[in-house]
Order: sequence, then structure tokens, then C-alpha cells
Amino acid sequence: MTETTDDLVVLRELAFAYGERQVLHDINLRIPRGKVVGIMGGSGCGKTTILRLIGGQLRASMGEVRVAGEVVAELDRDRLYALRRKIGMLFQFGALFTDMTVFDNVAFPMREHTELPEEVIRDLVLLKLHAVGLRGAAQLRPSELSGGMARRVALARAISLDPMLVMYDEPFAGLDPISLGVVGQLIRRLNDALGITSVVVTHDVYESLKIVDYLYFISDGRVVASGTPAEVRSSTMPFVHQFVNGEPDGPVPFHYPALPLTEELMYAEPG
Amino acid sequence: MPSQAESGLAWWLRRVGGTVVDAIVRLGYASRFAAAVLTHSGSAFRRFPLTLREIYFAGVLSLVIIIVSGTFVGMVLGLQGYDVLERYGSSEALGVLVSLSLVRELGPVVAALLFASRAGSAITAEIGLMKATEQLSAMEMMAVDPIARVVAPRFWGGVISMPILGLLFSTMGIFGGYLVGVKLIGIDAGAFWGQMQSAVDFQRDILNGVVKSLVFGAAVCLIAVFEGYDAPPTAEGVSGATTRTVVASSLAILGLDFILTVFMFRGLGL
Ligand SMILES: Nc1ncnc2c1ncn2[C@@H]1O[C@H](COP(=O)(O)OP(=O)(O)O)[C@@H](O)[C@H]1O
Ligand SMILES: [Mg+2]
Repeated sequence: MTETTDDLVVLRELAFAYGERQVLHDINLRIPRGKVVGIMGGSGCGKTTILRLIGGQLRASMGEVRVAGEVVAELDRDRLYALRRKIGMLFQFGALFTDMTVFDNVAFPMREHTELPEEVIRDLVLLKLHAVGLRGAAQLRPSELSGGMARRVALARAISLDPMLVMYDEPFAGLDPISLGVVGQLIRRLNDALGITSVVVTHDVYESLKIVDYLYFISDGRVVASGTPAEVRSSTMPFVHQFVNGEPDGPVPFHYPALPLTEELMYAEPG
Repeated sequence: MPSQAESGLAWWLRRVGGTVVDAIVRLGYASRFAAAVLTHSGSAFRRFPLTLREIYFAGVLSLVIIIVSGTFVGMVLGLQGYDVLERYGSSEALGVLVSLSLVRELGPVVAALLFASRAGSAITAEIGLMKATEQLSAMEMMAVDPIARVVAPRFWGGVISMPILGLLFSTMGIFGGYLVGVKLIGIDAGAFWGQMQSAVDFQRDILNGVVKSLVFGAAVCLIAVFEGYDAPPTAEGVSGATTRTVVASSLAILGLDFILTVFMFRGLGL
């Protein structure tokens, strides 16, 4: 894809390290407005890190992140917070506030950022919960929800302020097959109905191929492949092939780097 | 383990040096955190219901342990104090002994120690778990500052609760001393209360006790919120932080008490 003003998020030559540990080397990717874009990669490849860079929770060591034309790292605190109000994020395990009911969780961003009267907030919250099919669960506590329900409540909370961008961190992880389909369809439906842009970070190729418009593959801190679902399905690239078919070994090795086993066993010292 | 190239002494020096440097770094980090909490305290007062909720959790839920402990400490003081005072034939001074010990020292100190283990540890565990489950991170992404929204109300809720709990502890202690001294042993009630009234000075004794409580409350709550906020986001991380809150708070209370006592009562004929 080439850069246009239609891109809501642009990452250019992005590099990031946690201390000594270089996680991202050179990430280039664009997320066009109104689309659902998947970012795919194995566990620990830096997917969550990319979302935190987009949200300005982390700062890149090189390169830049642009959201809606603004360089995130250059924003001062007030403008960063203003930007974040327009971004919804679904955390990997929901990150619902455990000391509040489902209703109060969804109302939280509205109560913090708007002066709306409580009756209006009530109606808005019930609408959001209705959109994810959980209006009846408004008075439950997060501990009373199943994994799939918690994910949907978090989704309702993420869209509570009608964001322009919603980021999903592993929305499919740990869900049963039915919830999986429900969450996937919700992401697609909300994206199209509310005119938002969605980034779905996941290692679940199968589910994401069903809902995304475009897919990036990340390995070793770089984008190694990308394409539409149709292109990905027919791709002959070894990496994509391994990922799509779930083969244990290939370009992504099964073993964490280590000495050859024979060497390690022969020279092993006790203690 | 000392390596061959390094003598045992050098290894120990390095270890001690490393520990000291780590402690200083952590102290610096804690000071910056404290400054951040203070500069973000506006919301704790502008949106007082947030703080009120924490006063309930830290203060109201500590009432039982404070009331029960205060009464028992006072009763024991009554028994021990009578045993000593009687030898000098001045058992009517029991009221003075009990009330001064409580209002000046035991009230603020013991209440703060109990508060640290009851409420301080709970604050650390709660904030630590919120961090471990990404609730704080989620809040940040919702453009809500967790220091203003979560930390500051807990800090101020504790700081406000502590002097009240300290005074309550002293009051219950004096009541316990009265039960033992007057009701059980049979000291004259008039002498018990009268001597107490003339000996206890509002500013020197009661007000100083309240100041101590405030200082201890601030120290305990600061340690508690810092340990929670700084806890590694794992199960061991949070449990370790909770333990550190109780240990560090207790040491801070006892150390601060000595310093405050020196300043408050030196040169007052004590
Ligand atoms: N706060 C951190 N400090 C140090 N290393 C981290 C931190 N967070 C993540 N990492 C490391 O960075 C790598 C990428 O993390 P992450 O972005 O969470 O991966 P993913 O979401 O793709 O599973 C992982 O190997 C992880 O161990
Ligand atoms: Mg992740």
C-alpha cells in the first residue's frame, strides 16, 4: 500500500527495545480509515508493544508513529490524552475494573470525560451494551462473567466514547468456538456500522482471515508479509504458509536458540 | 558465588555497594512518585466521593480492630500501671499514666501499626493487582491518569482516616484503663478523671499526638500506594510488595516516632 491521507495510522521505520532487548527492528505499516487490519505474529513477537506505541504508552527508539496525521511521540501530555479519547483499546484479558459493575465499567469513560447527566449516560451505556448483546448483564460484576462476555463488555467500554480507532489485543485468545465467532463478527459489524477503523492484533490466522480487510505478518521485529485475505490464503511464502497451516517448524523455529542438545548434555555441570 | 579472580572481601564490598545504590535509586524513584501523587491530588478533593469511598475502606473497615485493640491495650496499661504506682502509694495517678501513655505514644503508634497491616497492605494489594491485570494501563489508554484517579484518593483517604483512628484508639484505651482501674481495682473515679484532666494538656499532648498520627498516616499511605504501583505485575510481585508495605511502614512509624518525640517533648522536663 502507498501512503495516502486515507491512512489513519502510519508506522514508519519503527524500532523499539525494552532496555537491551530489541523487540521491533523496522516496522512499516499503514492502517487505512474504515478498514479492519490484522497484525499477525507469534507470541512475544511484539504485537502488544506495537499497540502501546500507537497509543503513546511507549516511545519508539527510532522511526515514528502517526495517528490521524499527528506524530504521537511529539504530542505533549494534554494533546496525547486528547488523542487517546478518540482511541478505544480492548486489552488482552479485558482489563475490566473489578471494583465496578459492568454498567459502571462502560460508563467510566463517559463519566470521566463528559458532563453528560446521569440519565443520558444510562441510556448510552445500555445502547452500547445492547450492541454487544449484554444489556441484561449490566448489573453483574466482572468476576461473574465468562471470558467471552468479559471481552464483549470490554468492547462496549472501548467504543463508549465513539472512537475513530479501536485496537484489539488478542481478542480471540482463550475463547470457546462460539464466543470466538461472536467476537469476530462484532468487530466487523461495529467497524462498519460505526464507521471506525480497527486494528486487530492476534496470532489466530483462521479467525482473523474471516474478518479483516488486510493482514500484516510480523516476525523478528519486521513485517515479513502482507496482503488481503485472498492473497494470504494463496500465498506461497514459506512464513505465511507455516502460519496459515499451523506447522510447528519452518521459518519460525520450534526451538528457542540454544546450544546443540548433545553439547549441552555432555558438558553440563551440576549446579 | 565469589569468582576465583575476586577475593571474598571485594565480593562483599561489591554486594553491599550494589544494595546501597539500588536502595538510593529506589528512594529517588519513590520521591518522584510522591511528588506526582501530591501534584495530582486536586481530583481527590474536587471529586471528594472518590476519597470518601477510600475513607470507608481504609478507615471505617479498620474500626473494629482499632476499638478492640485500644480497649485491651488500655486495660493492660491499667493493670501494669497500678502495680507500679501502688508501690509508691500514688495509685490515683493511674488516670494520668494511662492517658498520657496513650495520647502521646501508644495511640498514634499502635494505631498506625495496626492501620499499616490492616489497610496499608490492602491498598498495596489492590493497586498491585489492578496493575497486574492491566486495569491501570487500560485507564491510561482511556486518557485517565491512574495517579489522579486511583492513587491520590487512596492516599488521602488513608491520611484523613489515620488521626481519627489514632484518637479513637486512645479514647478506647482510656476507657479500658478506667474499667480496670476504677471498676475492677476500685480506684476513686473522681481522682482518676480529675488528675487526668489537670495533667493532660491539649496542645502539648493531644495535638502533638494528632500531628504524629498525621505524619504516620502519610508515611504508611505513601509506602502502600508506592509499593502497589511499583509491584512487578505477577502473583509473587504483588505478595512481595504487600509484605514490604507492612515491614517498611512499621519501621517508618517507629523511626519517625523517635524523631517526632525528640522535637515535641525535648526540654519539657521529660
Ligand atoms: N515491560 C517489559 N519489559 C521487558 N520486556 C518486555 C516487556 N513487555 C514485553 N516484553 C518483551 O517484549 C517482547 C514482546 O512483547 P509483546 O509486545 O507483549 O509480545 P506479544 O504481544 O506479541 O505477545 C516479549 O518477548 C516480551 O517478553
Ligand atoms: Mg500481547
